[in-house]
Amino acid sequence: MLQVTDLDVFYGDAQALWGASVTVGSGEVVSIVGSNGAGKSTLVNAIMGILRPRRGRIVLDDQDVTETPGHRMCRAGVAIVPEGRRLFPSMSVEDNLDLGAFNRVARAHYEESLQWVHTLFPRLADRRSQLAGSLSGGEQQMLAIGRGLMARPRLLLMDEPSLGLAPVVVDEVFDVIETVRDEGVSVLLVEQNAQMALDVSSRAYLLAEGRVVMDGTAEELAKSREVRDSVLGL
Amino acid sequence: MTEAATVDARPVRRAARITPVSIFLWALRIAALAIILYGSYLSISSGRLSAAQWRDLFVFGISTGSVYALIALGYTMVYGVLRFINFAHGEVFMVGAMMAFYVANALATTTLWTSSPVVSLLIVLVAAMATSTSVAVIVERIAYRPLRGAPRLIPLITSIGASFTIQYLVRGLVGPSTKAFPRMEQLRGTTEILGVVILKSQVVVIVAALVMMAGLYLFVERTRTGKSMRAVSEDPETAALMGIDVDRTIVKVFAIGGAMAGVAGALWGLVFPSLNFFSGFLPGIKAFTSAVLGGIGNIVGAMLGGVSLGIFESVGPSLVLAGYEIPAFSQLKDVVAYAALVLVLIFRPTGILGERLAQERT
Repeated sequence: MLQVTDLDVFYGDAQALWGASVTVGSGEVVSIVGSNGAGKSTLVNAIMGILRPRRGRIVLDDQDVTETPGHRMCRAGVAIVPEGRRLFPSMSVEDNLDLGAFNRVARAHYEESLQWVHTLFPRLADRRSQLAGSLSGGEQQMLAIGRGLMARPRLLLMDEPSLGLAPVVVDEVFDVIETVRDEGVSVLLVEQNAQMALDVSSRAYLLAEGRVVMDGTAEELAKSREVRDSVLGL
Repeated sequence: MTEAATVDARPVRRAARITPVSIFLWALRIAALAIILYGSYLSISSGRLSAAQWRDLFVFGISTGSVYALIALGYTMVYGVLRFINFAHGEVFMVGAMMAFYVANALATTTLWTSSPVVSLLIVLVAAMATSTSVAVIVERIAYRPLRGAPRLIPLITSIGASFTIQYLVRGLVGPSTKAFPRMEQLRGTTEILGVVILKSQVVVIVAALVMMAGLYLFVERTRTGKSMRAVSEDPETAALMGIDVDRTIVKVFAIGGAMAGVAGALWGLVFPSLNFFSGFLPGIKAFTSAVLGGIGNIVGAMLGGVSLGIFESVGPSLVLAGYEIPAFSQLKDVVAYAALVLVLIFRPTGILGERLAQERT
């Protein structure tokens, strides 16, 4: 479904990714693990069209989206749950969800998607007219995921969804990731919390200093010395 | 344990907050308030102006203020999405007023002007709106879009350049002479609304401004385009990820701000019927002041700020300055307007409704 080949990404003159290749299959959760500054968010931003890669290709179901700008990606079927949630804090929960379904394709299924998101996160239904900024951290993360799902994506990119959340809420977030996968949405998960990420993923990539240094099934990575040393800190 | 710690910490923190600066600010606030109240007391007790005269000043303030408010919307909305002050906006207003003048002048020679004043006024309004909107969009395209992502000071300075460019283009096109807006017979004299005698032209200005502002408010709050504007002003990067075309949204913001300035230009002609290429400067600065007064970036704030500023500068001189027997007090209305701005800002540094500025995005 998503095929990233040989991606080089620069910030000005500083190279942040060297020949990164990642694939995500249909209905699969794939995680990118790695320590801080390994280039995980860079990869997500390049896929999403926020950063333009200097070399390499990004293909989504036979469609080349390497040059597609960010505001077109959601029409192509990719939505993002950005790092730090990035909600619209002074707008209501409902407005936030509405903005998630801004593109024309998602618009047509608005009512349906809203029902779906409300079933997944009943608390968002209770708080629909509350301002997003007044929600608790966990609720905000649910809203960010719900907003992503409102775009009816085939692929959901999640950048550090567990960051800054209480352990109980983190468990909840990972439960949601499995639910989303069961609903037929592929997920590319970027996480520092490698243990949890590997638990819900089928395959994974280890990123270090801008390079993919290892890839394989989630179990392989969880057992590998590299992952244990560089990320799990065991 | 933890509770005791917080209780202990609190008085210490409060003591640290009372600095010489805050004592000075409070003294300033109290002194300012005392001067205003005592001046008002003196001028009201002197009985120099009758109740009806006070009311006239007040209504006049509301009508000029609502024009300021319409212009202020353009400043505040552009600030909302781009975080810079578009100083060319006063000229966008002037260009609308200029077009209103030419269309009104042409219409005044026809029978339409006297036979159907409403249609004539609508034609004038639409022409002014179309002109100001086009100018605002063209300025955005030529002067600001290429600078997207540049440090904020650069578009700010560019906007001052754009302002001069428009002024002198208009001067080149229509000459430096001052033009007199044609009078409309039907708008002469006064009318009575709820027992209050008001000039007819002021009624038109206030009603038209209210309709435009209500329309704009509903547009921004209720429509999808309005929602995308609010999203872009909160977080443009994330808005783009939601599928919002940020550049197109910014153009729409300029267009709407321009349309409001165009309406303001046409209405201005009804109240102050003289106009030249430099006429955008002072109303522009006043409207910018209104936007700051109301809390920049806040649409309702701009409306409140505009009307308040209009009232301050209309009532203020007679109310406060006349009490102290300051000579030629009515010529000091601009001084009062800016003093009012300073006063509001020392009580509420973010403006009347400007809470959002406190959490300005980086």
